[in-house]
Amino acid sequence: VSDRPPAGAVGRSSLAGARRELVAVRGHETVGPYTLLRLARGGLDPGTPGQFFMVEAPGRVLPRPFSLCLAPPGELAFLIEPIGPGTRALCGSDVGERLHVLGPLGSGFRLDVERPLLVGGGIGIAPFPYLAERLGRAPAVLGFRTSAHAAAASLVPAAEVVLEPTLVTEALPAGRFDVLACGPEPMLRAVAGIAPGAQLAWEAPMACGYGACFGCVVRIGGRYRRLCVDGPVLHAVPDAEGAP
Amino acid sequence: VSVPILNASGCLDALTAPEVAQALDAFVTKTITPEPREGNHPVRIAETDHGMLNSIGLQGPGIDAFLTTVLPTLRTLDVPLWVSVGGFAASDYASICARLDSENDIEAVELNLSCPNVEEAPETGAEIVAAARAATSRPLYAKLSPATWDIAATARAVVAAGADGLSLVNTIRACAGAVDVPIVAMGGVSEGRHALDLVAAGASAVALGTVLFSDPSAPGRVRAELQHASSARGFDNPLHVRGIALSS
Repeated sequence: VSDRPPAGAVGRSSLAGARRELVAVRGHETVGPYTLLRLARGGLDPGTPGQFFMVEAPGRVLPRPFSLCLAPPGELAFLIEPIGPGTRALCGSDVGERLHVLGPLGSGFRLDVERPLLVGGGIGIAPFPYLAERLGRAPAVLGFRTSAHAAAASLVPAAEVVLEPTLVTEALPAGRFDVLACGPEPMLRAVAGIAPGAQLAWEAPMACGYGACFGCVVRIGGRYRRLCVDGPVLHAVPDAEGAP
Repeated sequence: VSVPILNASGCLDALTAPEVAQALDAFVTKTITPEPREGNHPVRIAETDHGMLNSIGLQGPGIDAFLTTVLPTLRTLDVPLWVSVGGFAASDYASICARLDSENDIEAVELNLSCPNVEEAPETGAEIVAAARAATSRPLYAKLSPATWDIAATARAVVAAGADGLSLVNTIRACAGAVDVPIVAMGGVSEGRHALDLVAAGASAVALGTVLFSDPSAPGRVRAELQHASSARGFDNPLHVRGIALSS
């Protein structure tokens, strides 16, 4: 987690490497209760796994943040759970409809790990297909609420699936691994307790994605940090909300 | 000289997006308070059908770290700087203004009299402006909340107390008819036509807020659209549109 740059030096812009383009919806694939939204890539760089894009939600005021799920040739694909007006609008968008997309943004996973193990829960598995592709068939342990949700595991090679009430932390293989995790906050905290060096991808409501709105803060060491510029992949565990 | 385009305070961080700040005619800082502030607990933002709500709570470094760390960095951006000042008593505003008084390159100080998400100072806006006026010779803009019974009376009072200009949200026409000072207008500007409407209602400058969240290229786009919308109506310079909706 970086601090503000020293006086007199402007740090690297949070928009460095990012572009904003109007790109067409190529298609939607149903993956259990989720939708894989495929967009034309245009001139956008897919970035590092774990980085995210702000995707215009048709008819809504604010774009929505999504980590990249897959980077097929000429496309960017995002795994979306339709749970609110923005995600429902995206899942219901028309093929050929054009959307503004800004990215890649934020910090992704470090890929220089010796024994990667992906640990994910629910929609938190979204960055893993692209991550697994870049790491080269890393083993994965994925947890889901129901067998319907577990359909998303088909996007991740070499995945072991557990269903509630079994937790991913109860299914981790023995041995030393470099854990890369994404999922709900209680899962991330539990993973951090078992694997202190884990890379953890967090999530928060976000309006801008580039440090402007101060909406996406998480508390680390008693200070609120913006997840969009200091994350979303963190190497520290945020304080539990309500902690001193 | 056309209509200057600024950011609304708190809607852009020039340190994380310097190129966006440099596309503005002036960068307005997030509100600076006497002490560092952690800000409000999340959740801090929510989208509505036609806008957004936020409750950030003036998260910021405080005036000491602002002067030693942030301001020197902002200067390297080579964009005119406005500093937004906030506090919880008139004396807070005065003490910060006094410390900014010697920073001659600050183009203006904007007094945040309108934050709905923190406790308010007990004094009136005019009393706060008077205290700030006594502390600095820098140009002072009073940012007024629209949530008041008689915005024109408030505008007259803060100008009488020494404000050089007003920053306003959706109350431009009422204030432009009441006082003769520069007005930075904001609230709902996402394209050039919206900016032109505010200028016609009496604004001399326009600030961008929520649109920056969805479009970091908004400063240049809105500037070009404003010029186009103005030219299409027979005005070479959008400034010449200023106030034409007041006389009708």
